[in-house]
Amino acid sequence: MLMDYFSKIWAIMWKDIRGELRTKEIFSSMFIFSLLVLVIFNFSIDLLEVNPLDIAQGVLWIAFTFSGILGLNRSFLFEKENDCIQGLMLTPVDRSVIYFGKMLGNLVFMLVMEAITVPVFVVLFNISIYDKIFSLIIVIFLGTLGFVTVGTLFSAMSVNIKAREVMLPILLFPIVVPIIIAAVKSTGLILSGSPFGEIVSWLKLIIVFDIIYLVVSFLSFEYIIEE
Amino acid sequence: MDYVIDCEKISKSYGNISALRDINLKLEKGSFLAIFGPNGAGKTTLLKILSHLIKPTSGTVKINGILLHDEDGEIRKNIGVVSHNSFLYNNLTSYENLEFYGKMYNIPDLKNRIAEVIDEVGLTARMHDPVRTFSRGMMQRLSIARVLMPDPSIIYLDEPYTGLDQHAAMKLRDILKNLKKGDRTIIMITHNIERGLEVCTHVAIQVMGRIAYFEKIENVDRDKFESKYFNTVGKEHY
Repeated sequence: MLMDYFSKIWAIMWKDIRGELRTKEIFSSMFIFSLLVLVIFNFSIDLLEVNPLDIAQGVLWIAFTFSGILGLNRSFLFEKENDCIQGLMLTPVDRSVIYFGKMLGNLVFMLVMEAITVPVFVVLFNISIYDKIFSLIIVIFLGTLGFVTVGTLFSAMSVNIKAREVMLPILLFPIVVPIIIAAVKSTGLILSGSPFGEIVSWLKLIIVFDIIYLVVSFLSFEYIIEE
Repeated sequence: MDYVIDCEKISKSYGNISALRDINLKLEKGSFLAIFGPNGAGKTTLLKILSHLIKPTSGTVKINGILLHDEDGEIRKNIGVVSHNSFLYNNLTSYENLEFYGKMYNIPDLKNRIAEVIDEVGLTARMHDPVRTFSRGMMQRLSIARVLMPDPSIIYLDEPYTGLDQHAAMKLRDILKNLKKGDRTIIMITHNIERGLEVCTHVAIQVMGRIAYFEKIENVDRDKFESKYFNTVGKEHY
């Protein structure tokens, strides 16, 4: 029973990844946007006068979240094409399967984008992450998980709105502020070489919000998608 | 008598707008109901309720004797819906689309089942082509293959002829005639009176959210049905 539930989640996620591998619409726009953000900040700030560690964490998360919005905006648009979302809702699967499948697909897209963005960020801002890579991966993963968890819900909500490109960030950013603040703070502490113990409280905050968002999204997705 | 579809007094409102008003509908196994009606009559809303996609504001719906209100969605495996939208992903091939939907329905021996249904609709040669390269008629045939895969006992067709040329419409008509074989219960919404009458066992006219006319096909004078339709629609609608 549980295997069946997860295999359907996997099928939805894989369907999204397969479609994306063919078109590269989501990934290319996300990656190019994040690259542009990094380059613009790099050129606009004189890194000889400003300590990169004072601004780097903010720049990194601006790149992640804004390019993430581009991906989330496209996520349910594919389902709208030929009214596939209705086809999906007609299948005998629990609505939460659709939510988790879409959410994991978005998570994969964002993590791949981030995996390519981080090395570019390291080069442009001349920051060493060699001995901090493990902590950085944990923070980026947990921050992205929270962002995508609630972002997928709002993406489903805004797909039928005309001005969805504008509405999604307006709806989403106020809700994910706690996670973004905690992720920026903990990334800053990691990059400045603070011991792991100092970032634990921020990590706990991210984990708590991840859980809250996951539970709320799981419970409310059915109502959002049905009406 | 046991009915496959049994609706009692179903109504659906969106705010102040009533899409359906006190609809009663009973269909036996093997029936093929053609529903005609003008735009905005609530035909698609009725199918959405019958396919457990939306809930009625009031009234009860039983499918195979099971009350939809108490059901968690498992009943949907017995229901197939062909709409004017194909529900197919343009970036995936026909095979990948069917494979995806097959997994959602837990269809055993999926590879062979896909080959069977794709052959049934005459698209074997295009099995590995992306759906975005398909014509409207091919998409509609693939959509029928998608519906046939789990072998549902109930099929809803929502204006399946929309946008099809004459040749594609003829092909679709042949496929629909095949669907009729066996014990399947089918409801088709169409604006095309001629095509509807040639396949159905029951006829209904829906106007302003009500079933204004319901009759067995043997009691319908086909030559006079068109004027009957316009009289019914005109009387209630204008």
